[in-house]
Amino acid sequence: MTMGTVLALTGAALAVILAGMGSAYGVGVAGQAASGVVSEDPSKFAKVLIMQLLPGTQGIYGLLVGFIALSKIGLLSGSPAELSLNTGLMILAACLPIGIVGLVSGMHQGKTAVSAIGIIVKKPDQFGKAMLFPAMVETYAILALLVSILAVNGVPVN
Amino acid sequence: MADKYIYAVARIRALEMSLFSQATIEQLLAAKTYKEAVSFLVEHGWGDGDTGLNDSDVILNRETEKTWEVIREMVDDMSVFDVLILPDFFHNLKAAIKTVIAGEVEADIFYDNVPIKGDEMVKIIKDRNFNALPEYMQQCAEEAYECMAHTGDGQMCDVIIDNGTLKAILMAAGDSKCDILREYAETQVAVADIKIAVRSCKTAKNMDFMKRAMVPCETINTDRLAKAALSGMEDIVRYLSETPYSGGAEALNDSSSVFECWCDNRIIETIRPQKFNAFTVGPLVAYVLGRLNEIKTVRIILSGKLNGLPDSAIRERVREMYV
Repeated sequence: MTMGTVLALTGAALAVILAGMGSAYGVGVAGQAASGVVSEDPSKFAKVLIMQLLPGTQGIYGLLVGFIALSKIGLLSGSPAELSLNTGLMILAACLPIGIVGLVSGMHQGKTAVSAIGIIVKKPDQFGKAMLFPAMVETYAILALLVSILAVNGVPVN
Repeated sequence: MADKYIYAVARIRALEMSLFSQATIEQLLAAKTYKEAVSFLVEHGWGDGDTGLNDSDVILNRETEKTWEVIREMVDDMSVFDVLILPDFFHNLKAAIKTVIAGEVEADIFYDNVPIKGDEMVKIIKDRNFNALPEYMQQCAEEAYECMAHTGDGQMCDVIIDNGTLKAILMAAGDSKCDILREYAETQVAVADIKIAVRSCKTAKNMDFMKRAMVPCETINTDRLAKAALSGMEDIVRYLSETPYSGGAEALNDSSSVFECWCDNRIIETIRPQKFNAFTVGPLVAYVLGRLNEIKTVRIILSGKLNGLPDSAIRERVREMYV
C-alpha cells in the first residue's frame, strides 16, 4: 500500500470521525434538553425527538463521503488502487470540508436545537418556526457535503 | 461547563409553564373569600392534595419544599444556590440562639432546606461549638450569642446576624460565576441597607447603630445613606434618586409596602432575561426566585383575604410575576 493510499484512507476516516463527532455532540445536547422536557411533559415527546434528530445528519454526510472515498480508492471492492502521493493528498483535501464543517455545524446545530426545544415547551403550536432555526445550520453542512462529493469524484484515480 | 445545565434548564422551561402569570394572580385576587382563594390554589395543584382548605401555611410551605426538591433532583452542586439559601440558614442561627438563651425548644421555627438542620444548630449553640459552623458564620454566631447571653438585647442580636447574612450573601455571590446571582446579591444588600436607613430614620437611631447594621456594596454609599437617614426621609429619597434605586425613592414616598413591592419587582426585572437563556444555571436561579416570589405574593393575597383587607390594599402589595 502506497503513502497516497494511506492519505486517501485518512481523508475518508476524518470525514467520518469529525462529522460523526459533531453529530454525536449535537444529538447529545439536544437529547439532554429533550429528556428534561419529556420528564415534565411526555406529550411533547414526538416534537422534541425530531429536534434531537436534526444534528444527526452531519454524521450521515460524513459517512456518505467516507463511502465514496473508500469506493474511489477501491477498498470496498477489495482491490485498493496504488495511489500516488498527490492523488492521496487530493482525496484527503476533498474529504476535509464535510469533516470540519460537519464537526462545527453539528455542535452548533445541537445548541440551536436545544434553544428551539425551549420554544416547543412554551409554544408547541410554533413547532414549524422552531424547527427552522436549527435547520438553517444544516445549509452549511449540505454545502460542505456537495463540495466534498464533487471533489472526491473529481480526483482522477488510475 | 455550561453544557451541564442543559437537561435542567429544559426541565425548568416545562415547569415554568405552571408558574402563575399576572392573569392567574388576578383570578386569585377575584376570589371573594379566603376559602375560595385556597380552593383555587388546590385546584391548581398546590399542596399535596391531602391538605385541608384551612391549612394555607402548610400548602405554601409545601410549595417552597417542592421548589427546592426539584432543584436538588437536577443539580449536583447546590453551592450555586448558597446565595438564596443563606437568609434561611442565618434565620436558623437566630432562632437557635434565642431558643438556647430562652431555654426552651420551639417547634417549627427552623427551615429544613439548609446545610445544618434546626436541632443540630441548637446543639452547636448550646455547646458553644462555633467551629462546627461554616467559616462565614462563626464570628457572627459567637458575637450574637455573647450579645444575647450578656445583654439579652434581642434587637442587637438580630442586627449582628442580619449584618452577617448580608456579608455572607455578598461573599457567596462574589465567588459565583453566575451574573444573575451577583446582581441579585447586590440588589439584596442595597435594598437591605435602604430598609435599615428608613427604619433608623423613623425610630431615630444613631449613626453608630446604622454603621453596625449596614453592609457596604457597589451601588450604595452607606456613609451618605446613613447621613441622609439622620437628616430625615426627604434626604433619603433625595440620595436614592442619584442611585440605581431612584424608582425605589418614588415608592418610598408612597408607603413602605409599595417600596417592598418595588424591591421584589426589581429582582424580577433583573431575572427576566433568563427566560431566553438555555445553557447556564441562570434560568434555574431565576425559576427559584420567580417561584419564591409567586409564593410570597400568594401568601400576601391569602393573608389579605383572611384579614378582610380591601382589594385595593391587597393589590398594592401584589408583586409582578416572572412569566
